[in-house]
Amino acid sequence: MRTESKPAFYNPNRKCAIRNRMHELSIAMSMIEMAAEEAERRGGVRVHAIHLKLGKLSGVVREALDFSYTVACVGTRLEGSQLVIEEVPVVVYCPACEAETPLASIQQFCCAKCNAPTSQVVQGKELEVTALELE
Amino acid sequence: MMSTQPRLVEVRQNVLKQNDLLARDLRRRFREAGVFVVSMVSSPGAGKTALLEKLLTLLGQECCVAALVGDLATDNDARRLARSQAPVKQIVTGTVCHLEATMVESALTGWNLDELDLLFIENVGNLVCPASYDLGEDLRLVLMSVTEGEDKPLKYPTIFNTADVAVITKLDLVTAVEFDLNSARDSIQRVRPGMKVFEVSSKTGEGINELILFLALQSAAPATAGRNAVELG
Repeated sequence: MRTESKPAFYNPNRKCAIRNRMHELSIAMSMIEMAAEEAERRGGVRVHAIHLKLGKLSGVVREALDFSYTVACVGTRLEGSQLVIEEVPVVVYCPACEAETPLASIQQFCCAKCNAPTSQVVQGKELEVTALELE
Repeated sequence: MMSTQPRLVEVRQNVLKQNDLLARDLRRRFREAGVFVVSMVSSPGAGKTALLEKLLTLLGQECCVAALVGDLATDNDARRLARSQAPVKQIVTGTVCHLEATMVESALTGWNLDELDLLFIENVGNLVCPASYDLGEDLRLVLMSVTEGEDKPLKYPTIFNTADVAVITKLDLVTAVEFDLNSARDSIQRVRPGMKVFEVSSKTGEGINELILFLALQSAAPATAGRNAVELG
């Protein structure tokens, strides 16, 4: 419902339309909803921050998510809260070396030891809320 | 006195958990009904609909095949595909840049999955957002056309990495646009070593039979560990 004191942008119905323009916004809103529910369960405490693990292969752009988070927080109980992002590098497994090594470039999936191509990703697809900073 | 220091509470929750759970549920339903599900992703205009039209027409003679097609605003694709006689349903996503499992689920309403052998899901033309969303498919095809440039996989490594098979389309134009197939194959292998690649022309039909044979073999194979199980030996 739109209230007179707030501009149209904050209209929750309008937000639903906006959330779908960029998948980062829809993802930011899911996180905010999840955190708000958790805070509610714990007695309606304030959420200071959401900690997120973000893999390089998650398909989510950090800058777009940062921006979306700020926008999506407005008018919710998380307004003013922080999004703390821990970027997770891609790690691949090499069957020949039996080793897990970080990927030097996302444009070249190969073992850092022997340079053999490998597509066995063991880490880097994360899109996971790990913790909340609560009041 | 209560502490005013914020406390850190562990939660550990996948942000796309809801989508992933629904996709898992869909995958189970597809398996139980014996439907093999293939999704297609590409940039806009890479030829998803043209390829699908060809596949529906040819496969429709052999088995019961249907398609769900995602589009931002029109139902042009569905009308085009309806000419193949296969059941086709449009998912108009409005402003949404990708398909989600819930859209697939609601589009399936009214269809008896038991009557289908093969279901295609054409995603919205976009090489970024669809990467994050599991739709319950068995196989994800990523298409790139020869008019796009050989380094497309290097520019969008994530989507190529989440796909199982690559299809290079518009092969009939390869000479006209001086497309370097070897360089394109190399780009694909760099971001997804071992990825199976098909090279087709929906216009002349070149390479289509190989792709159909592959899909037929895949759909006949017993259910494996799911997506990402397809690798070149």
